[in-house]
Amino acid sequence: MSVNAGFAGALPDDGHAGGSSAEGSKVERRPIIRDGAGWDSAAARALERTWSDAPGLLGFLRTNDHKRIGRRFIVTALLFFVAAGVLAAVMRVQLAVPDNHVVGPDLYDQLFTMHGTTMMFVFAVPVMQGLSVYFVPLMVGTRNTAFPRMTQCAYWIYAVGALTFWVAFALNTGADAGWFAYVPLTGPQYGVGHRADLWNNLVNFTEAMGLMVAVDIATVILKMRAPGMSLRRMPLFVWASLVTSVMIIFAMPSVMLAANLVSFDRTFGTHFFNPAEGGDVLLWQHLFWFFGHPEVYFIFIPALGFVSTIIPVFARRPMFGHDAVVMSLIATGFLAFGLWVHHMFATNLPELGKSFFTAMSYMIAIPTAVQIFCWIATLWTGRLNLRVPLLFVLGFFFILVLGGLSGIMVGSVPLDLQVHDTYFVVAHLHYVLIGGAVFPLFGALHYWFPKVTGRMLDERLGRWQFWLFFVGFNVAFFPMHILGLQGMPRRMYTYGAETGWGPLNLVATIGAALIAVSVLLFLINVIRSRLHGARAGDDPWGASTLEWSTRSPPPQYNFVALPVVTSREPLWVPRPSGAPTHVSGLSAEDREGLVTTVLDALPDVRYSYPEPTIWPFVAAWAVWGWLFWSGLSSAGMFWGLIPPALAFIGWYWPSNKETTRQLLLDKRP
Amino acid sequence: MSVFTRWFGLLDSGRRETTPASVPPVRIGDALDVANLPSYGFGTRNLMWWGNAGMMTIEAVGFALMVGVYFYLRSLNAVWPNEGRPPDLLWGTLNVVLAIATGFPNAMVDRAANQQNVRKVRIWIVAFAVLTLALLPIRWLEFMALNVRGDASAYGSCVWVLLGLHTFNLVTDVMDTLVVCAVMFKKKIDGKRFVDVAENAGYWWFIIGSWIPIYAVIYLAPRM
Repeated sequence: MSVNAGFAGALPDDGHAGGSSAEGSKVERRPIIRDGAGWDSAAARALERTWSDAPGLLGFLRTNDHKRIGRRFIVTALLFFVAAGVLAAVMRVQLAVPDNHVVGPDLYDQLFTMHGTTMMFVFAVPVMQGLSVYFVPLMVGTRNTAFPRMTQCAYWIYAVGALTFWVAFALNTGADAGWFAYVPLTGPQYGVGHRADLWNNLVNFTEAMGLMVAVDIATVILKMRAPGMSLRRMPLFVWASLVTSVMIIFAMPSVMLAANLVSFDRTFGTHFFNPAEGGDVLLWQHLFWFFGHPEVYFIFIPALGFVSTIIPVFARRPMFGHDAVVMSLIATGFLAFGLWVHHMFATNLPELGKSFFTAMSYMIAIPTAVQIFCWIATLWTGRLNLRVPLLFVLGFFFILVLGGLSGIMVGSVPLDLQVHDTYFVVAHLHYVLIGGAVFPLFGALHYWFPKVTGRMLDERLGRWQFWLFFVGFNVAFFPMHILGLQGMPRRMYTYGAETGWGPLNLVATIGAALIAVSVLLFLINVIRSRLHGARAGDDPWGASTLEWSTRSPPPQYNFVALPVVTSREPLWVPRPSGAPTHVSGLSAEDREGLVTTVLDALPDVRYSYPEPTIWPFVAAWAVWGWLFWSGLSSAGMFWGLIPPALAFIGWYWPSNKETTRQLLLDKRP
Repeated sequence: MSVFTRWFGLLDSGRRETTPASVPPVRIGDALDVANLPSYGFGTRNLMWWGNAGMMTIEAVGFALMVGVYFYLRSLNAVWPNEGRPPDLLWGTLNVVLAIATGFPNAMVDRAANQQNVRKVRIWIVAFAVLTLALLPIRWLEFMALNVRGDASAYGSCVWVLLGLHTFNLVTDVMDTLVVCAVMFKKKIDGKRFVDVAENAGYWWFIIGSWIPIYAVIYLAPRM
């Protein structure tokens, strides 16, 4: 492609719009207002009109703005985090002293299953994806996600699915077979009632949501980056989101398939997991953990992205070893698929196979260590700004490394056999998941809150939250290592005084109380700061990525003009003289965006975002109806498909108004 | 070399990515003006291509895992099929032949869509839709000729679910074809709709392409 240096006069204002398509477009035209001017311009006002949602409930349900949807994901997921945390607190109260009877065994089974399932499926994955939905389009410099209606539908599928799961729990039909729902406990023979069905249903909802968002995010990242943001200039959180999305695409089908096979066993009498008819119970474990291990990394890799985002900003220097960190993220993504059998060391698999999975599990240490060294080097050579987000990252270091050390222990077959199904594993997984994901998540929430709301979170409350969480966490979970080594099994609702486990359990419960206070402080901080916090301004941290180049909170169209990127840290590195500063020429009267090429992000095609509509919301409920009905009867599996099909057609069907307008903008490739 | 690549020195390897853009962006003052760029593109230039690629990957992984389940359970059973007989070859094989035959009108639809020739698209997509509809009753007969009930044994469960998974995809894409076909008969058609038709054609290749290995597993594996 060759272009002269370009003169304003060389381009007609409106002449290139429309007229070239096959049919129609004999409409009288006035010049289209195009973007590219500053905040105080006719173009900005046109963008404001074009992108604003209708007010009221209808506007709320119809919106496909990635920021509103992303915020909903985050808020909903955090509410479920609190709810599942309350269940954990009840369990800790029950276990605080021996021979306790606050709850009985049946409710206790539901408590730990609801807690684990909610934390993994309803909190952790959605909150990470929600942050990607909110921040990836801003960080790559575009105006919405690639398939905004799909994101909208994904949110509602998630919301109604999770709500169903919890309403069932309130009606004493909470899942009760553990978060990995092993057969035969969930099969037709032992899983009587509808508790296991509800679990299968939830998996369908949350995985459908996860897959939809993953495809959407991967497409935004590959095809909608601001001109000049080649892959090598992509921010690390965006890399983490890309790796996570690709992993989700390859891993989530496994658990969906597994959940449906067990559903078929339950409703249609198939025999996938029935050894008497040629089925196999270990098949479930293979399918579940082929998803389940990567699942841990869907949570962990975005968190690595948060850490790599926060550290350079608070060390006030570019990331040390940027390329090495990218390679490590990708390597972690690949290795994650070779680890699933380390969850099955206590089964009768060939010992040689187990050694392979031990070796694979230890290999994860390599990319993780590379990243940790890069972070340390960045901090070491930077000028630290020790604010709350960085505190959480430092806490993450400490706890994740401890979790990694106990990981080395359970990665070894003979040791794992000793501590399998004991509190040692409970301690390990909480060190890895809370240390590896929740600490960075709180850091990220503190870091990005000003962008989302325009106000700062309170620093003092934040520090209190951090220290209570850090101390509370270690007080709650460290003793569990010892309890596990002493032989205390997980998932038992009480224990006798003669075991001697009482004192350490009491300590753990005190730690849990500290965590509860810490989370409460966070909620208070959020509500208070949302209302009265100090004004943040566009870029309160002096950060380097594009989301800080627009207003806080960002307008619905994100950028008044799409940015042009010339370096990895567009807000830090001065632009080469003469380089363009922004994109112009997109219609400000239509929801237009820009598609760029995969590697170098060269501008390629203009893109019309879909208008807001109610159909994705309707489709989500229709899918809910189908899944719910098919859980009750086999007829529902077939007839229940009709409403979703109609909803999807309504979603797609182009209106005459849309077509007429599009014809004005059309320009043949 | 364009202004764009000149300013940025984008890849260190020295190789430059090219865009097929008929009209490149232009410099206007400090801005990179994209008003002249096309408003839609075919193939990988189109976002829907990437969305579809993602969805096809998800489904392919699902199929592959189900095939894995089949062979995993087979490896645990001394006799396979552990109940029932292998399915009759007639309808399944006919569906393979027919599915391959749909490739021709599908390719023609794809070509006409890329040329944005409304008349040709209309003719070929109707022919294509009719042919795909013929696959459905034959698929029904396939289920009837599996010679085993889904609740009879692990083998029966495997073949029913495997065929069911592919049928779900088949029905979805036949429906999708009918919808884009209907849109093509509207009075006004904007350019993006041709892209949709081309994407639908692309998805159909996946339906055909996945059917052949699944056919082999369902019909040939139990005979070996």
